[in-house]
Amino acid sequence: MLQKLPRAATAHDAMHEAVHGTELEHHDTGATVVLGFWVYLMSDCILFAAVFAAYASLSGAMAGNPGNPEMFNLPYVLAETACLLVSSFTYGLAMLAVGEDRQDRVMLWLGITFLLGASFIGLEVNEFVHLVAEGSGPDSSSFMSAFFTLVGTHGCHVTAGLIWMILLMAQTLQRGLTAQTKTRLMCLSLFWHFLDIIWIGVFTVVYLRGAMA
Amino acid sequence: MSFVSERRPPEPQTQPGHIGLRTYVTGFVLAVILTAIPFALVMAKVASPDILLPAVFVIGALQMVVHFKYFLHLTDGENGHWNISALLLTGVIVTIVLSGSLWVMYELNRNMMPWMFNPGTQQSMQTMPM
Repeated sequence: MLQKLPRAATAHDAMHEAVHGTELEHHDTGATVVLGFWVYLMSDCILFAAVFAAYASLSGAMAGNPGNPEMFNLPYVLAETACLLVSSFTYGLAMLAVGEDRQDRVMLWLGITFLLGASFIGLEVNEFVHLVAEGSGPDSSSFMSAFFTLVGTHGCHVTAGLIWMILLMAQTLQRGLTAQTKTRLMCLSLFWHFLDIIWIGVFTVVYLRGAMA
Repeated sequence: MSFVSERRPPEPQTQPGHIGLRTYVTGFVLAVILTAIPFALVMAKVASPDILLPAVFVIGALQMVVHFKYFLHLTDGENGHWNISALLLTGVIVTIVLSGSLWVMYELNRNMMPWMFNPGTQQSMQTMPM
């Protein structure tokens, strides 16, 4: 998908060339911004590795409480996973529409992606509220602290992505698909797909492993 | 990982070298299959956790590769090799962080004797399997 950006920028530059003469800076800037964002994502990946390590180290430290097998409700987690996976796909469709300069379709797919992401967060918040109400809040044991930290860190990232998506949709409506909005949509696309990859780790390490015990 | 192959089948409406709808649909179908299998295996409890756990972890890793290949398209564009370099370096760091932490915590826990703790903390430490 990264190759789309230079091409998009080239189209933009060609337009500018016609109007203003050569202007190749946009081309380089867009690609460099996306690379820089990728480097940030890699540092975020290391943050998640540390949180995963903490979770794995503390996964048996229940402070003498019996484990709650209902905590790992697999059909519920499957619904969360479906929301996030389909939203990853619909964001991909939005990026295809960006490549075709179809702003109406970009907005449609981004809107669907946003709703799916919001459903995921809704399901997760509901899960957290139930756990706290049952007395299994983050203060009940080291294990629950690690659980809320890991799943919550991912949830915070998704929430940040949703806020970013709303802002970008507003900006795209206002300014149209310019080289700048395209670069930003590309960065959010990396962020969104990256969070889906982290979620694979979460449902495997936390929920599938938890439901086995 | 041959990332190049995905460029070959161009959609009728797209230029050659363009990421088409087919790339995303392929990735999505593979991801759905690779999500459904581990959930089905664990929900049906087809084997003991000793066998199931490594299987589920391998399938999870496979799904991550599918997402990298079909959704992120890291090798495309002029900065493709930088994306991959950054990813590989991160892979090394993540491996060190994860394996190092788990190894150290396991050894620490194993070498702690119950009498080293007062009765209040003893129980909680004993329930730690690692």
